Amino acid sequence: MIHLVAADPLLDSVDWITVLFVIIKALVAMGVLLGAVLMTIWYERRFISLMQNRYGPQEAGPFGLGQSMADAIKVIFKEALRPTSADRSVFRLAPYLAVVPAFLTFAILPLGGSITIAHRTTFLQLADPPVGILWMLMMSGIAIYGVMLAGWASGSKYPLLGSVRASAQLISYEAALGLSIASVVLVTGSMSTRDIVTAQATRGIGGVLPNWNILQLAFVPFVVFLIASTAELNRPPFDLTEADSELVGGYMTEYSSWGFACFYLAEYMNMIVMSGIITTLFLGGPAGPWNPTTPILRWLVPIIYFTIKVVLFISIYIWIRATLPRLRYDQLMDLGWKVLIPVSLFWLLVIAAIKVGRWQYAVGAAVAGFLGFVLLTRAIAVGAARAEDERAGKR
Amino acid sequence: MGFTDGFKVTFKTMFEDKVTTRYPHEKRPKPERFHGRHVLNRYEDGMEKCIGCELCAGVCPARCIYVRGRDNPEGAPVSPGERYGFVYEINYLRCIHCDLCVEACPTEAITESKMFEFSFTNRADAIYTKAELVVGDDGAPQQLPWEDWRPGDDEHTSGWMRATAPSGSPVYQDKVMWSGELGYGVREPEGGQALEVQESLEDLERDRAVPHGQLDDSVVEAPLHGDGH
Repeated sequence: MIHLVAADPLLDSVDWITVLFVIIKALVAMGVLLGAVLMTIWYERRFISLMQNRYGPQEAGPFGLGQSMADAIKVIFKEALRPTSADRSVFRLAPYLAVVPAFLTFAILPLGGSITIAHRTTFLQLADPPVGILWMLMMSGIAIYGVMLAGWASGSKYPLLGSVRASAQLISYEAALGLSIASVVLVTGSMSTRDIVTAQATRGIGGVLPNWNILQLAFVPFVVFLIASTAELNRPPFDLTEADSELVGGYMTEYSSWGFACFYLAEYMNMIVMSGIITTLFLGGPAGPWNPTTPILRWLVPIIYFTIKVVLFISIYIWIRATLPRLRYDQLMDLGWKVLIPVSLFWLLVIAAIKVGRWQYAVGAAVAGFLGFVLLTRAIAVGAARAEDERAGKR
Repeated sequence: MGFTDGFKVTFKTMFEDKVTTRYPHEKRPKPERFHGRHVLNRYEDGMEKCIGCELCAGVCPARCIYVRGRDNPEGAPVSPGERYGFVYEINYLRCIHCDLCVEACPTEAITESKMFEFSFTNRADAIYTKAELVVGDDGAPQQLPWEDWRPGDDEHTSGWMRATAPSGSPVYQDKVMWSGELGYGVREPEGGQALEVQESLEDLERDRAVPHGQLDDSVVEAPLHGDGH
């Protein structure tokens, strides 16, 4: 089945009102994302505190909600330092290379259905490019430059080490990320996020369970994506790029004031956006059990569904951070290259066979893939054992 | 799967009691020998205990105390004795609260309270003068505008002074020599000291059996063995 890319009805005819609409939408999206970042920082601090037998910020405003705002104001008013050995222009540019892609990725997330204001109907989504989910991969590719250039331009050793680690880590996990996205795209038949969401909005197996990709793809790509995205976000247990105990602050060690704020902002923006992407790809985006038709509820309820799902994933990220210790660098690479990529490749193969529609192919692909996977695992185990023996022999 | 146990632990922890003390709202009891800001004590008749001997200033390792003594004005003495502390200043930007001044003081004029919540916005405010340090007519320390007190915070003074003064012997703990402290009378002995006190008492009796030089007048006042000589 081939879906046509559903174009935003707003863009049917372009006049100055359309332009105004788009500008307003962009500003609102920016505001929403910035507000969400402030809330997320507060939420993370409170949530992780609960898991560590303490309260977290609670003095600034009700429940400490004003804490992130206070911190933001404080950090911006700090003195901006630049090492003498730093590359001036690149050092300045790098923070923006981190923030801008984070926001641009947010632009493709469908936050809800459509809304009609002043006889204009538009999607609750900033942009719906035909390349869709590829846009996200493109943007995360650019964001890597932010990290790399920040480390390189600092002219200092720890940032450089951090950024070298970061680029290796981000690039290797991007492969697993891409492969699990590929399986989603395979079942949907479209790369547009709007189409991915629409395809999931129907009732699925037995008419009871939702037709979400997490069930359709039998959890494996979802789990792979969740792990790979944690690595992509540089969040614990994959925070080797800024491993505080080893690298001071990683690639942003030398940044202060506005530059630091940008990186911090980008980090949390990415976290929200990544939760949104998972929601969109695997949990049906704004789809939910109850869809009212009354004017205001019609567009409000899907947004609430979306928000709940995003908060759920943010909570999972925080929970992971509170629980798991940091991986060693070789463990990180092992997990990425020897586990996640083969698993998602294998699963992609099975999905593709099922998609073709012949159960023989599916079984054949499954058996072949399984055998391949077993052989690969065995080869890795043998290799690891041999390496271990060699190490033992040297002692 | 081993690593899932960790998730269970962190999840359960969310519902456990918190270890945090919500500090400005609730305060933990302070240690018995906590060293806070100083007070200059007075006798019950209102006379100041300080005799301006400058021993505290001499012993201070941080050099934060400045004292000038002066002869008591005839007819209107400030302290019982020849001299009194005319100027008394403590610079709290330098003070390390070691309590050596308290140990050095021959008249228990300077003691440390348990109050520590004071801050300044300029250096001049950090220097407490006699006007701020001397206790009020009720024997309680003065509360200054920049000090954060709760009711009861002023009720205790440094346990260290209690345990050592005078003459460095814990035997004299809780023996009323002069007035009670800060208008709050005499404190209970600290826990775990009863045995030591017994031993010291025995030591002291053994010492008393051997005749030795004349004792200081203030110690003689101790009602422990009144007719020591």
